[in-house]
Amino acid sequence: MDEKRDDLHSSVHATHPVVGTELTFGSVTDKISAIVLKRKTPIGWFIGFAVSFALFQLMMLAIVKLVFVGIGEWGVNIPIGWGMDILNFVWWIGIGHAGTLISAILLLLRQKWRTSINRFAEAMTLFAVAQAGLYPIMHLGRPWLAYWLFPYPNTMGIWPQFRSPLMWDVFAVSTYATVSALFWFVGLIPDFATLRDRANSKPFRVIYGMLAMGWRGSARHWHRYETAYLLLAGLATPLVLSVHTIVSFDFAVGIIPGWHATIFPPYFVAGAIYAGFAMVLLLTIPLRKIYGLQSFITMRHMNNMAKVMLATGLIVFYGYLIEAFFGWYSGNQYERFMIWNRMHGPYGHYYWALIFCNGLTPQLLWFKKIRANLMWLWLISVVVSIGMWLERFVIVVTSLHRDFLPSSWGMYKPSQWDWAMYIGTIGFFFALLFLFIRFLPMISIFEMRTILPEAEVEE
Amino acid sequence: MPQIFRHSTNYLARATIFGAIFILLAALWVAAEITRSGWNTGAYIERQQPIQFSHKHHVGDDGIDCRYCHTTVETSASAGIPATAVCMNCHKQIWADSPYLEPVRASFKTGKPLQWIRVHDLPDFAYFNHSIHVAKGVGCSTCHGRVDQMPVVSQTNSLQMEWCLECHRAPEKFVRPREKVFDMEWRQRNSSKQEIEEGQKLVKEYRIQVGGKNGTGVMTSCSTCHR
Repeated sequence: MDEKRDDLHSSVHATHPVVGTELTFGSVTDKISAIVLKRKTPIGWFIGFAVSFALFQLMMLAIVKLVFVGIGEWGVNIPIGWGMDILNFVWWIGIGHAGTLISAILLLLRQKWRTSINRFAEAMTLFAVAQAGLYPIMHLGRPWLAYWLFPYPNTMGIWPQFRSPLMWDVFAVSTYATVSALFWFVGLIPDFATLRDRANSKPFRVIYGMLAMGWRGSARHWHRYETAYLLLAGLATPLVLSVHTIVSFDFAVGIIPGWHATIFPPYFVAGAIYAGFAMVLLLTIPLRKIYGLQSFITMRHMNNMAKVMLATGLIVFYGYLIEAFFGWYSGNQYERFMIWNRMHGPYGHYYWALIFCNGLTPQLLWFKKIRANLMWLWLISVVVSIGMWLERFVIVVTSLHRDFLPSSWGMYKPSQWDWAMYIGTIGFFFALLFLFIRFLPMISIFEMRTILPEAEVEE
Repeated sequence: MPQIFRHSTNYLARATIFGAIFILLAALWVAAEITRSGWNTGAYIERQQPIQFSHKHHVGDDGIDCRYCHTTVETSASAGIPATAVCMNCHKQIWADSPYLEPVRASFKTGKPLQWIRVHDLPDFAYFNHSIHVAKGVGCSTCHGRVDQMPVVSQTNSLQMEWCLECHRAPEKFVRPREKVFDMEWRQRNSSKQEIEEGQKLVKEYRIQVGGKNGTGVMTSCSTCHR
């Protein structure tokens, strides 16, 4: 077992261990559970929650308006039938990719450093997917009929169009949401039991007790638990790849130049992981400072996440280059025009902003000094998050606005309600996150304990 | 520390796991039944009319043909509601003083039409044409039931899309010889093997375009009915 210890605390990582060496079983549990149970809620929490909840109300207002007026209040119209609603859907669902990658794939690859950030990343995933799911439903125009998307023995005597990628989306996203929620919940069960045992008031004991589902921590419980968790991880792993692949099919299956490209699935998946890690960094950097979690989420995590961002960012940049190459190499006048129009058309500045945000900025992550500088990391993740939004804007809007026929060309301008909905979902996302960090342990207590030096046994 | 939950909670927890599945399935089943029930579709609900008019009496007892009143059924989309004058063809001679018929006489005198209550009301997004159905051997009773036995008319079918498609996907199960279209006593559906074979012959004879596997036929094309 000394080898393992060497691996975890070897000289290479001596400066940045995966967890603070001063932590013990007791102090880990105390520190994390105290955030929920004992520590005074910081005033910043109340302000942050109030602001995001107010923005959430803006979203509700936008939805109510939408239900009464219809999607005519948005900026979408032929030829740009997909605007902010679809590009924000893709943006959110992309952000919702880091959680499962961190939880499932890194678990299967036995990357111990994932333990400090997986709970938080999973929660973020779940909340991002919730925002993503809202958009296509609202885009239906009659959202109360959204259940028509599911194949059930309906009175119309017909099935949904299974040949449509939009239909595959329904299954991909709903499966992803279900599995992520299950994974998150199952991961929380032992910690719910910890909170149940430590809660001071009866209502909290009862609520956490119900959520803990009778967890007693017996050897049999743990044995079954580990099996179930691994199985879920196995189930979730292909989903990391499948969801964004299918989202990319929404575009790639269409024949519009700028959409109809074979590179879309891998390029979308890489972009999703890229966006997801950017969002995890963007959120954890302030969070660990505010709650003093430096010994849990160490510089090692920051460094690793920055490396994942760099790798996926390079794949995404390669995607941009290949798209341009395809446009030229196809020899097809529409494809060539599409690329030319992207770079020099009316939305050209979006394209160059995108190249700056997603292509050039992450190159800074090659430097160790930048990876070790939280301010820089945070700024880069903000720029990347904006860049990923621009990417979807370029793909969705600039491809549609110059069709095959000049007579059907048009321009797109998001309406105030498009922005209200977008800002509102950001508010909703943060409101959920604030509730999460207040009422649930944002770091997995029991998994943290397994990677402590104390957990290593002499055989 | 005392126990938070009583021992019986364990059973409750187990019950909810199974319960969740069964309750969900049961709720879906109930929803499916309610949407197909007469409460939702209006089937088998008798609609009282402004006049006590009995189809049973006029069709069943007197043997008046459907087309005597519903004159445009063979030529246009709507079967047609008869003008008061059609009623008066007979009722100026028989039951001419009946108090039941007072609104009919009043309508005839003033020229103000009778306000019949619609029984079969298709939604406006569905295009329906009586004449083509009659021309292709769909009998009145196949859709409207035994009107000759109804003192007060009610819908006998759901009029839901799955019901339309039942015939549009397999017309051989329903079509009948043209001369039997207005025959109330003819079978409403071809069920035996021999009857279906007869139906298949008629489908060919009438050139009903059922179409290929992927809904390419006119009969199951979306825009045949949703224009």
